[in-house]
Amino acid sequence: MTQLNQQSILGAAYASSGYKWSTRFLLVFLLGFVIIFPIIEKSPSHQNFVILVLMAAQLGVAWNIIGGYAGQVSLGQAAFYGLGAYTSTLLFTKFGINPWFAIPIGGLLAACISLAVGWSCFRLKGHYFAMATIAVAEIIQIVFTNWDFAGGAVGLNLPMEGGWKFLIFNDKEPYYYLALGLLLLTLAVNYGIEKSFLGYYLRAIKDEPDAAQSLGVNLSLYKQIAFAISSFFTALGGSLYAHKELYIDPASVLHTGLSIKMALVSILGGVGTLSGPVIGAAVLTFIEEGTRMLFGGSGKGTDLIIYAALIVVIAVYYPSGVVGWVRGYLSKRAAIRQTRLEGRSA
Amino acid sequence: MTLLRVEKVSKHFGGICANEDISFDLDAGQIVGLIGPNGAGKTTMFNCIAGYAHPTSGKIWLNDKEVSGLRPDQCARIGIGRTFQVARTFQSMSALENVMVGAVLENRNVPTAREQGLHLLDLVGLARFAEKSAASMTISEQRRLAVARALAIKPRLLLMDEVMAGLNPSEVKEMVDTVKKIRNQGISCLIVEHVLEGIMPIADKIVVLDYGRKIAEGPPQLVSNDPVVISAYLGDE
Repeated sequence: MTQLNQQSILGAAYASSGYKWSTRFLLVFLLGFVIIFPIIEKSPSHQNFVILVLMAAQLGVAWNIIGGYAGQVSLGQAAFYGLGAYTSTLLFTKFGINPWFAIPIGGLLAACISLAVGWSCFRLKGHYFAMATIAVAEIIQIVFTNWDFAGGAVGLNLPMEGGWKFLIFNDKEPYYYLALGLLLLTLAVNYGIEKSFLGYYLRAIKDEPDAAQSLGVNLSLYKQIAFAISSFFTALGGSLYAHKELYIDPASVLHTGLSIKMALVSILGGVGTLSGPVIGAAVLTFIEEGTRMLFGGSGKGTDLIIYAALIVVIAVYYPSGVVGWVRGYLSKRAAIRQTRLEGRSA
Repeated sequence: MTLLRVEKVSKHFGGICANEDISFDLDAGQIVGLIGPNGAGKTTMFNCIAGYAHPTSGKIWLNDKEVSGLRPDQCARIGIGRTFQVARTFQSMSALENVMVGAVLENRNVPTAREQGLHLLDLVGLARFAEKSAASMTISEQRRLAVARALAIKPRLLLMDEVMAGLNPSEVKEMVDTVKKIRNQGISCLIVEHVLEGIMPIADKIVVLDYGRKIAEGPPQLVSNDPVVISAYLGDE
């Protein structure tokens, strides 16, 4: 009997580690849709809108690794975004290094700098860690604003022509697929982390750092790893932005508002979940662009006020994010179904 | 064979001395109870052994390896498991996932850790709650979960900090059974406890602290009849 019991528990445990068929079907459908979207929708502004969603989602997923899973709320990720953008652009325009190499170098540089930042900032906890990361990002922004070699406050231009060899294109479609590819890569790495021991360690560090230590988790090591991975992918996102806009300056890639947006996308969607930042990015970009279209152009910032108000509404009514709200709804429905079934059998 | 040796350990916090010159041994396979009134310095002693505090003076050895001065995660890796006064379970995880965090220390493979986790949950009588969220479990269940989690790192010594406090008599009995099962697996236990009826029947040895000093050490019957111990607990006549 106990043997049998154990078997069924084992079965249940394994079953819960995978996704349900309905979820898988939905995922395949969504993936198929985003792949063929640029083929059926040729309007550059619509394509651009989805590119913005994909790029915001990628940054949110990257932020989620350190801020969501490991629970270390960094509000300075724009520093790594800018470092990625500046490194790859400088290497390309000033030293003639091909972007296919320059972009990963930017990512690695950002990861290395994140180790130095983490070494000092991880001594702080909670709000103080967040404040320290803001300070680091400000310092980096000031450095780039005053650094003539890196274009100073004027910024840097990328060449207008290039093709696949230099990742510079005249139309939106290639950028669409680059953004999609980068998002899928970041998601795949995040999925790998979530399913490996690393995911368990990061969540343990977030929940109860003292207890995690008692189980042999080296806190600073695993925080550093999460921070470096997150910063690497944030930097790749920055390089993609540079190649899409062909112009960067401190205000566009090192701005504090960017750091906030990366966190916001993840928090609104659902912290510490794989799909949260993607959903958050879709919702946030939709609200952002929607309010701009409807209320923008007045010159009084009406669109931004409404944008902010909607964020407050989501934060107040769905504090666990969109994913948390959906999960809560589904489990409530499952519980009701369960009680109904029990009532029938009784 | 001596597993843990505490040698003249003192721990001062500024002017307050929480532990003063404490020495005791723990043999492999033994259950040792560390008791004493509130503020006697039991938890500080625990923290020193598990790496959460570093002794001001004195040394702690596990087998022949010096423990004092190591970080908590290093202590865990050489075989010291612990639980906390408040269970400190990982609230966002299921019971099974809680145990898996410990199990992946030895073997990074997640499916293996899952199987080990289920066996350990079975050992502490929580197998049917494997998929239940730790946050929704009772205090008693969370305490046992914390024990299963600490066992997952395959410790040679398990430190249990007041695992029986606040439990009702039948829950105390369940916990006592669990501790016996753990000892039968060859794991030594050092138990801080207020619930004397829980610890007295199972301990091989009792160490009594009062105001940071060791006032008695010996088998439970001897210690419980020691006039010094009685006066520390009940006050002088």
